[in-house]
Amino acid sequence: MAKLHENTATELLRMLSAGETTPVEVMATYLERIGKLEPKIHALTFVNKDAALKEAERAAKELKGAKGKKKPLLGMPIVVKECISTTGIQTTCCSKILQGYIPPYDATVVTRLKQAGAIIIAKSNMDEFAMGSSTERSCYGPTMNPWDVNRVPGGSSGGSGAAIAAREAPLALGSDTGGSIRCPAAYCGVAGIKSTYGRVSRYGLVAYANSLEQIGPITITARDSAMLLEVIAGKDIADSTSVDVPVDKYSQGIASLEGLKVGIPKEFFGEGLKADVKASVEKAVDKMKELGATTQEVSLPSIKYALPTYYLIAMCEASSNLARFDGLRYGLRVDVPKGNYDAMFSKTRQEGFGPEVRRRIILGTYALSAGYYDMFYVKALKARTIIQDDFKKALAKVDVLVGPTMPTTAFEIGTKVDDPLTMYLEDILTVPINLAGVPSLSVPVGADKAGMPIGMQVMGNFFKEQQVLGVGMALEDVLQFHKKLPPLAGA
Amino acid sequence: MAADDGMQVIIGLEVHIQLNKLRTKLWCSCTSAYHGKEPNTVLCPVCLALPGTLPVLNKRAVEFAILLGLALKGDVQKETFFYRKNYYYPDMCKNFQISQYDKAGGVPICVGGELAFRAGKEARTVHFMRVHMEEDPGRLAYDGSITTSPVAYVDYNRHGMALLEAVTEPELRSPEEARAFLKKLRAIVEHLGIADLGLEGSMRCDANISYKGHARVEVKNISSMKEVEKALMFEMMRQKQKIKGGGEIVQETRHWDEVRRVTVSLRTKETEKDYRYFPEPDLVPVAIDKKMLDAARKAMPELPDARIQRIVKQYQIPEYDASVLCDSKAMADFYEATVKIFDDPKDVSNWLMGDVSRRLNEDLVEIEETKLTPKALAQMLRLIKDGTITGKIAKGLVKGMLSGAMPADLVKEHAVKRIDDAALLGNLAREVIVENPKVVAEVKEGKNPRTFEFLVGQVMKKTKGQADPELTREILKELL
Repeated sequence: MAKLHENTATELLRMLSAGETTPVEVMATYLERIGKLEPKIHALTFVNKDAALKEAERAAKELKGAKGKKKPLLGMPIVVKECISTTGIQTTCCSKILQGYIPPYDATVVTRLKQAGAIIIAKSNMDEFAMGSSTERSCYGPTMNPWDVNRVPGGSSGGSGAAIAAREAPLALGSDTGGSIRCPAAYCGVAGIKSTYGRVSRYGLVAYANSLEQIGPITITARDSAMLLEVIAGKDIADSTSVDVPVDKYSQGIASLEGLKVGIPKEFFGEGLKADVKASVEKAVDKMKELGATTQEVSLPSIKYALPTYYLIAMCEASSNLARFDGLRYGLRVDVPKGNYDAMFSKTRQEGFGPEVRRRIILGTYALSAGYYDMFYVKALKARTIIQDDFKKALAKVDVLVGPTMPTTAFEIGTKVDDPLTMYLEDILTVPINLAGVPSLSVPVGADKAGMPIGMQVMGNFFKEQQVLGVGMALEDVLQFHKKLPPLAGA
Repeated sequence: MAADDGMQVIIGLEVHIQLNKLRTKLWCSCTSAYHGKEPNTVLCPVCLALPGTLPVLNKRAVEFAILLGLALKGDVQKETFFYRKNYYYPDMCKNFQISQYDKAGGVPICVGGELAFRAGKEARTVHFMRVHMEEDPGRLAYDGSITTSPVAYVDYNRHGMALLEAVTEPELRSPEEARAFLKKLRAIVEHLGIADLGLEGSMRCDANISYKGHARVEVKNISSMKEVEKALMFEMMRQKQKIKGGGEIVQETRHWDEVRRVTVSLRTKETEKDYRYFPEPDLVPVAIDKKMLDAARKAMPELPDARIQRIVKQYQIPEYDASVLCDSKAMADFYEATVKIFDDPKDVSNWLMGDVSRRLNEDLVEIEETKLTPKALAQMLRLIKDGTITGKIAKGLVKGMLSGAMPADLVKEHAVKRIDDAALLGNLAREVIVENPKVVAEVKEGKNPRTFEFLVGQVMKKTKGQADPELTREILKELL
């Protein structure tokens, strides 16, 4: 029989319901694994140890008394990214500037998780304010990829990705502004979905670029993601940009891939794509065909503008979003012996933000300033519309689009962190989706020669999460990648 | 109205109206009744803009904005957007203000509009550029003057209150005109019921002031209607002196220092702030459809102009009286409530515009801040009419009535009553004649009728105003 931690979240839930394990046993198992594995991967920033165990005991009682309908995630541990607000638990965005800030409120997704019976086991590491693709830019230090601790886990939700890959928890939440869920999912060999913009409430997600980002699951399988998304998705009156569209039974997936029309955007297979990645994705596409899907090449010609468009919009919004961190009300405050609040604001922000965050604030501020606004921001919004139209056109012809999530596999720690442009190029295949606003799932489809995981994106039309996840489930049923654990997490 | 020295001043106003009649703030469910509360207690994660929180638009605020837009005959837009106005200031929790903008693709809720008012005897109309919605920042407090205070305190209770900003074209021509304009705007806002303007900081102004051919200066931080005239007068004097001395006016933003009663330079054009406006990504566009407009038109209450006409017609009082009464909704309401129970409309308006207003002005209060009731005023007028007291006695009662006393009780308490004892008045009249031989001589010459009234007044004085004036006149005439 499989060890407890080798199970998917879906299987664990079944076992809990069937009485084959208990919430306390589950929690204790994962806490023990965290104790053992954290020194090697540093995926977490805060472990909610005592409270989580107490919650597990309460869940155990509730589970015993529950007849018939029970809470959908009762007793399930979950890791929450550092940028998602949790009452009484640090929410720092892994920035020095938010040290000491303890939120007095829960993000809507956290409220929904708690109502569903889930238990926050830990907060996870990330690139400061989600600005990065490697989780190297955290004030707590980098996270290591469980498949090779010399490599990055991807980012910015690298802590959540690594924690799931190492089976430090069965479920995790990340956030995705330009690929921050899908990149670590791909690099860590796990599943993760960025849903349609407006599908999941952003209330409580510390904003990096409001018009692009979504909170979403990072889990062992697409099926687990589906189950978690069912809990957190849906209209929220606290978020005006959340959309009132019914939440489907995502975990039911789709009947089969028979007749599914799959588009292969040729731009996803261009220059810079690593041969191993290309081969794995093509193999997965062949599997889809074997399962009855038909494929056709499609084109998204304007996505060549996606990277500059994305960085302009994101930096402009970030420059404004991050203005509130000034030391006056919460977090770090660096007082100046003489001078007014301006001097205090400057000093606090100078010391509180890391270099990449400062770079993006300065670039965004510049791009929004008088005389440049039309040239940069307005133009970027126009480009965004064109990119969105490309996706709409392509998705009018086919049901889903597939392509590699990342052009390469996880790179070695320290090799790109000092070269922002190279780091920005990491996002070339993920940012177009955020600009378009459509859902995209990354599922593991193989590994390179070095054994590093490779992810494939399944992109669908607006609010077609069920189809996207269904394709992922069908694939993982045949590929069975989730049965393979990183060597350090195996024992 | 040109200034006497031929220099024409041009004034534009940005009037901020705080929608404190809304039950909650603009983005959250915190109460809008923060006035008088302990600093930094009327707050929640949303209005404090804690990391991760999002604003949710108060729909009623949009309805209020539509009401004002329609009342000012503006063009209420079909779709309107919120923009971020970015700048660092400790009174703002986000270091940007969610506002509206008319450039960079922005559309404020209402474009254009006008307001007709009278300034002295002149009928004037001032046009609006726009009315837009925005959030109120927190409040900074100082130890004394802003320029000398060693510390600044921040109170965020006000943060996130809904504001409407009405921006005029630069069409006002004097501080008096500005005051008259604001008075009328105030009456409209009161009649709309969208704001209680008696509350501190509920109507604030920024003013643009320039002399023809010279640069424009913006004066910020004018905290009430009463301050506007003072700030404008100071700034005009400052600019005029500078121009006359051969100096040049610098385009700049100045701050009205209420304590020192001067304007102080905040920043010049060279360091003018760049607000980096861009669309607020956390809010969606607001659609204003026909249904909403129809509902607003249906909900539109009677406005001052219409009310003046109705009052003139209904109570047969001069238009001047009606328009003075309608400068304040509370005053007009008081008038109509009194007329309902005392059927001499002109008598009521005379008293309200005369002795009651004089008292209010002396005490620097509004009628709604006193305890005077229509019932009390009607009772007083009845006491005069039935001869129990004289008008002179009544004047002396107003002060007590403003503190809540009923006139009949005051009369009883102080034994003030009309004296109609002919014998007593006769004796007093004789005394007056003896004491004022010169005046008596003049009266007998018959040249000046006012000399006779002087003698009547002297009798009044001896009776502390209680003598029946008609009877006194008869007695005096007889004796002379």
